[in-house]
Amino acid sequence: MTEQTASNKFDWAGPAFKARLNKRKRSQLTLKLLGLGAISIAFGMLFLLVASLVSTGYHAFTQTHIEVEVFLDPEQINADDPNRGNYRQIITDTLVTQFPEVADDRAELRKLTSILSNGAQFSIRDEVVADPDLIGQTVTFKVPVSDPYDQLNKGLMDRETPEEFRRLKNEEIANFDILKERGMVSKPLNTALITNADSRFPELAGLKGAIIGSFYALLTCFLLSFPIGIGAAIYLEEFAPKNKVSDLIEININNLAAVPSVVFGLLALAVFLGWFGMPRSAPFVGGMTLALMTLPTIIIATRASLKAVPPSIREAALGVGASKQQVVFGHVLPLAMPGILTGTIIGLAQALGETAPLLLIGMNAFITSAPATPFDSATALPTQIFIWADSPERGFVSRTSAAILVLLSFLIMMNGIAIFLRQKFQRKW
Amino acid sequence: MNDMRKIERDVKMTDTKITARNVNVHYGDTHAIKDVNVDIADKTVTAFIGPSGCGKSTFLRCLNRMNDTIDVCRVQGDIRIDGKDIHDKSVDPVQLRAHVGMVFQKPNPFPKSIYDNIAYGPRIHGLAKSKAELDEIVEKALRRGAIWDEVKDRLTQSGTGLSGGQQQRLCIARAIATEPDILLMDEPCSALDPIATAQVEELIDELHRDYSVIIVTHSMQQAARVSQKTAFFHLGNLVEFGDTDQIFTDPKDPRTESYITGRIG
Repeated sequence: MTEQTASNKFDWAGPAFKARLNKRKRSQLTLKLLGLGAISIAFGMLFLLVASLVSTGYHAFTQTHIEVEVFLDPEQINADDPNRGNYRQIITDTLVTQFPEVADDRAELRKLTSILSNGAQFSIRDEVVADPDLIGQTVTFKVPVSDPYDQLNKGLMDRETPEEFRRLKNEEIANFDILKERGMVSKPLNTALITNADSRFPELAGLKGAIIGSFYALLTCFLLSFPIGIGAAIYLEEFAPKNKVSDLIEININNLAAVPSVVFGLLALAVFLGWFGMPRSAPFVGGMTLALMTLPTIIIATRASLKAVPPSIREAALGVGASKQQVVFGHVLPLAMPGILTGTIIGLAQALGETAPLLLIGMNAFITSAPATPFDSATALPTQIFIWADSPERGFVSRTSAAILVLLSFLIMMNGIAIFLRQKFQRKW
Repeated sequence: MNDMRKIERDVKMTDTKITARNVNVHYGDTHAIKDVNVDIADKTVTAFIGPSGCGKSTFLRCLNRMNDTIDVCRVQGDIRIDGKDIHDKSVDPVQLRAHVGMVFQKPNPFPKSIYDNIAYGPRIHGLAKSKAELDEIVEKALRRGAIWDEVKDRLTQSGTGLSGGQQQRLCIARAIATEPDILLMDEPCSALDPIATAQVEELIDELHRDYSVIIVTHSMQQAARVSQKTAFFHLGNLVEFGDTDQIFTDPKDPRTESYITGRIG
């Protein structure tokens, strides 16, 4: 090859080419670094969120209790109906035995008994109701302390704060310290957080009502939106004629998916509660409202999954003489199922975290018992978080974070199920 | 390999199975098939050849009304199978497709077991009264599809796990499981390697004793090897139709000659 022909060709080793090569490598590196940066920021934010929730929320997973030896005085309890007994008196008497000097001073007595939670007597009552033979015996009970003492025990109340700015006075702290020295104070796992319904007193408040309410609401939402959504998607995708009307419907469904959830709440308030007179605060109505929101998500996910089924499968089935309906239900739908299930669970996870529409139909009411049926008044997890975040008692600060952690763990669980189902079905098909 | 196989060249004057008169197909604004008239004989292999986009596949899909499933496609004209108009109101396209089996370009087994692939057609048409009868139909179809020996021990495994050639023979077996009279094959070998192609061609040769087979192919060698009759399509017209020997050795139309000799295509 002569020099002349070489000079006519592009110089693959020349400076111009090297500059171009370097520029290309630089821009690729920049893109890579930007991507890494974006991911680190996202992870950092997630870490901060979880860390801040855990750092405040972990306090709520334990609850300070004091251990008291209670004499279940037959004179104070009606043996025929153990529900009716002066349990508060029994438990205050027990506490006074630890501090005999205050027995006659009403003010001192009140200060002393403020250690006990307002619900302390109920845990004793419940045990006696369950086993009436206990009456007349001396039994050791662990009862929750009231919120300020719980805060004190968890180190959330600063003893250095001047007395007039503190919830607990010096004397009250001294009483508590004496009990602690006597080994009567313990801090077990706070099972009440899951087993109790809501309460005005943080030490008694739990998420049972909210969890059951959310469960009923999601169940209703699923039972309504899954069949209706899949049915609508199948009709639109497989059977509906492609014309202006079906285009209009498609645009509307896509727009519905973007409508703010509070609007669905207003709709439910006007239609379900206003016109049809359905019960206020009921998880069933909440589920119907959430179904309105979840429907477009499910329809869109289902249509996308149906569209993604290769046409060769449809042709194969049509070719052996399957009818349209046999093709859809025998071949296309099973193949689309993983995508449909993923879309549905993501839609339901969204519904689980939805607050605004539930507020509007009254699921943020203060309800101290768990719903027995979907038609009873209840709260849901997000609305319970909303209520607690609004409460002034200090104990609700950590409980709000704990409730958020519970909600997040349910969400993670649902997404895990979505991934599991997708992979299981993909293996099968 | 070719001469290993004995091909019956002498076409007996059998009955006409399919008659097409003035068939026109429009895809939206495109006139895909223009006034096609053809008589296809029973128990023969008829090959449709022609350059890409000439309408041979479209015409094939008219014969089992597969084009009905495409929204923009309009089919006009008179197509009769055994003298009966397939566009007649009394004819159910779904049932028609069970009588006129079809094998597609790309092997498309259902993502189900090999057994269920074959059993699907007989099941939805209620051809078997019992499990034993269904087993028999499946075995017969797989034997006719010349794949029984390869799959008899793994009928419960997925059909998609087979090799390309096996998948295509499975699809052929699936198509004949419903006992059709006519088997339409749309470039059945285009996705297969030469060995699998040879197997499928042998199978086609076997099948034409019982069915009338119509095969669309891009390969003129294939048409020459497997068919007794050949139709040459060009730009939506049926240019020439005749015995395969005659088309390949003594084409009447200059366009056929150009295509066969490789000048257009």
